[in-house]
Amino acid sequence: MSVTRLTPQREFDIVLIVNGAARRLTVDARTTLLDALRDRLHLAGTKKGCDLGHCGACTVLVQGRRINACLTLAVAHQGEPITTIEGLADGADGLHALQAAFIEHDGFQCGYCTPGQIVSAVGLIAEGRAGSDDEIREHMSGNLCRCGAYPNILAAIRQAAREAA
Amino acid sequence: MVPFAYAAAPSADAAIAHVARRRGAEFIAGGTDMLQLLQEGVRVPAELVDINRLPLDGIEVDTDAVRIGATARMSDVADHPRIRAEYPAVAEALLLSASPQVRNMASIGGNLLQRTRCVYFRDVVTPCNKRAPGSGCSALDGENRLHAILGASPHCIATYAGDLAVALVVLDANVVINGPEGARTLPVEALHRVPGDAPEVETVLEPGDLITAVLIPASAHARRSHYLKVRDRASFEFALVSAAVALDIDAAVIRQARVAVGGVGTKPWRLPAVEHALVGHRVDDELFHAAAARAADGAEPRRHNAFKVELLKRTVERALRTVGSRS
Ligand SMILES: Cc1cc2nc3c(=O)[nH]c(=O)nc-3n(C[C@H](O)[C@H](O)[C@H](O)COP(=O)(O)OP(=O)(O)OC[C@H]3O[C@@H](n4cnc5c(N)ncnc54)[C@H](O)[C@@H]3O)c2cc1C
Ligand code: FES
Ligand code: FES
Repeated sequence: MSVTRLTPQREFDIVLIVNGAARRLTVDARTTLLDALRDRLHLAGTKKGCDLGHCGACTVLVQGRRINACLTLAVAHQGEPITTIEGLADGADGLHALQAAFIEHDGFQCGYCTPGQIVSAVGLIAEGRAGSDDEIREHMSGNLCRCGAYPNILAAIRQAAREAA
Repeated sequence: MVPFAYAAAPSADAAIAHVARRRGAEFIAGGTDMLQLLQEGVRVPAELVDINRLPLDGIEVDTDAVRIGATARMSDVADHPRIRAEYPAVAEALLLSASPQVRNMASIGGNLLQRTRCVYFRDVVTPCNKRAPGSGCSALDGENRLHAILGASPHCIATYAGDLAVALVVLDANVVINGPEGARTLPVEALHRVPGDAPEVETVLEPGDLITAVLIPASAHARRSHYLKVRDRASFEFALVSAAVALDIDAAVIRQARVAVGGVGTKPWRLPAVEHALVGHRVDDELFHAAAARAADGAEPRRHNAFKVELLKRTVERALRTVGSRS
């Protein structure tokens, strides 16, 4: 059997497409996507809560789908479009509809989970899973809020989902 | 994390040859279990071979079987209309697993091979025979509320935590494996091992064995299948107890029955005594109660998990009633 050989490396020069811009950087193989975004590209809006996939604070969109940036290696996402909280704002007043709805409904207390909640909710609405309160609750279960702002988070997402429909 | 080297696999053959040959080389797919274990220092691979760009993510449904590629994502499989209609236990088990974010990342092959949630396995400062063979089992007399009541040994009582494999067992699914010696298929039921005196060996896979697909035959009992998961939280939590049930019912008589349970065994646990009590009988709630009474046969509870014995019987009974009442 003749097969191409693999040559694993410890360091990589990569290009990440973040919020529409190509960003060139050198990463260790171990660098998570979350650390690349926060520590290397200085996009600190994406938060680190647990670093284990349990809290959702690090939620970003990769190719339009919500994922936990802490559970994946940066080197594995070369060339894939990545959207962080910093890349959402599109409205006339500079806010995404979900950001405006979170402010209107006071969908936070300390705000630490908020970027993850908002990016996750963008994914939720795109998946068509914001049809009822129960559906929103179930499909936002990957985003924890230690302040317990859940009722207001739910109200904000419900409103944004209606506006998007 | 200790340093490791990484490469994206250019082909399945190259990935297999590399991992088979190199000590400390491992595959990585969605990375959702691997990254947790790397972060906690539980796994220290020398090299990771990324299989995500291999063309293994297809979901092909035809009239007599479905073939799910190993790198298909949990969310895509759970949402597939024909899997939901013809293999409901698979879609239900996946939808009740993890979170939407994890399901968007995690692959089917990686899901089957996820490691136990035993807190001692995931905490490197405590003894654990699965992580550090010969160091002892901290769970035997420790915090064992979540541990196994079936299939344990004096060396390890950790549960197999996954949901999907439990559903696949009742649907007679096979895994397709491509290894250094070529391809083979294996029943999902034969993939995982009980701990015995070697709890560190969790499956029958050899170094370099790559799962390429899961094959599920179409059947009357697959269509009438169901996955019920009981947990401490309403969502985003592993099973305390789960039950997968598949029944072939003809004119109100049970022709074939498959029952397997999760959260209670050291591997996905099939319940032949319950199946035997069902086959040939007319569907009725008393039958389901009597059959489910056999669900915990042979159970060996520990100090904090004795509640699972009764919970197991009730979970199986409820799952049977749900399937029995479906037309
Ligand atoms: C917060 C959280 C909650 C979770 N909750 C649940 C739950 O409720 N129920 C549940 O069932 N699971 C749950 N999980 C586990 C999750 O389902 C698994 O982590 C995931 O399915 C693993 O898939 P992956 O592709 O990410 O695997 P990886 O992490 O990439 O790999 C896991 C293992 O499989 C090996 N591997 C991967 N693909 C292959 C292949 N094709 N052939 C051979 N070896 C391979 C890797 O070498 C590695 O050893 C949860 C995970 C997290 C992070
Ligand atoms: S930081 Fe990623 S899920 Fe908590
Ligand atoms: S607002 Fe404080 S964690 Fe959610």
